Amino acid sequence: MSQDAGRGQAVKKPRSKRIRPYTLTGGRTRGRHQLLVETLISVPRYDPALSDKLMPESKALYEHARSQASIAELSSLLSIPLGVVRVLVSDLAAQGAIFIHPTAHAYHHDRHVLERILNGLKRLPV
Amino acid sequence: MDSSGSPSDPGQLTISAKIVVAGGFGVGKTTLVGSVSEIPPINTEAWMTEASEGVDDLPPNGTKTTTTVAMDFGRISLYPDLMLYLFGTPGQPRFWFLWDDLSRGALGAIVLVDTSRLDQSFAAINYFENDSELPFVVAVNLFDGELTHDLDEVRDALALRPEIPLITCDARRPASAVTALQELVSYTLSLAEVSDSGRVRAHA
Repeated sequence: MSQDAGRGQAVKKPRSKRIRPYTLTGGRTRGRHQLLVETLISVPRYDPALSDKLMPESKALYEHARSQASIAELSSLLSIPLGVVRVLVSDLAAQGAIFIHPTAHAYHHDRHVLERILNGLKRLPV
Repeated sequence: MDSSGSPSDPGQLTISAKIVVAGGFGVGKTTLVGSVSEIPPINTEAWMTEASEGVDDLPPNGTKTTTTVAMDFGRISLYPDLMLYLFGTPGQPRFWFLWDDLSRGALGAIVLVDTSRLDQSFAAINYFENDSELPFVVAVNLFDGELTHDLDEVRDALALRPEIPLITCDARRPASAVTALQELVSYTLSLAEVSDSGRVRAHA
């Protein structure tokens, strides 16, 4: 599966001419966490020493997450394929370097969240 | 799953929600996202690698399936601790598997329809009727500010089940686009009332 993904990637415009994206993830295409495209991540305690030790893609994710960002935004902003972002973010979370925020979906038994979203839409200045 | 490991006070963390905007080519998805987003809609090609996972029926020669997947998204800060993301689905039928990814965890979907080209949105309606548990509403985009067909006719033409809300919206007008979002969230809430056992979102 991951090999197929790697081959497919070779014919596309990769993020770098020299490295196939899933090389960065050790061939893994899935991380341990369910990361939705809208899932927000942030850095609870920024550690410059840790940042220096990270490989460039993870470092870029770590730095951008200092000001909280979604998986999709990070992917787009850093031009790292979504699947790769998911695996790298998952690794950073496993090290405790970043925090994965819950999404509204985590509260889908809680109508309070839906009501809050509805009220938020109603008070938008449009 | 993504809430596991939350600190004791998750109230301090910003949470995010997502609404999917679907429909065929040229029905106004990007327009709708752009009219309500606080950032310019982001069009990303970052989906490519993921795309390759599911594409095993590539046309033998010719058409490039590995170029841009048009996927726009936008963002609305509803509260300091609550962000709403809007994701426009890629219109190309061969990217259906991306729809599964985009739909996962969403509050619901708005399927935009252009009454002069209803067929453009058949596939999207089919998807949400048959292949997804996501609550969805169908919104007729009023390109010229006018409804050219009676909504009942549109419902018939789309063979839309009576319980699916059918609304109108002018995707260019922020107020109208926001109203459409409200309609969807209200509908999702009403379904949650009917079944608070989580049936509403089977993508869990």
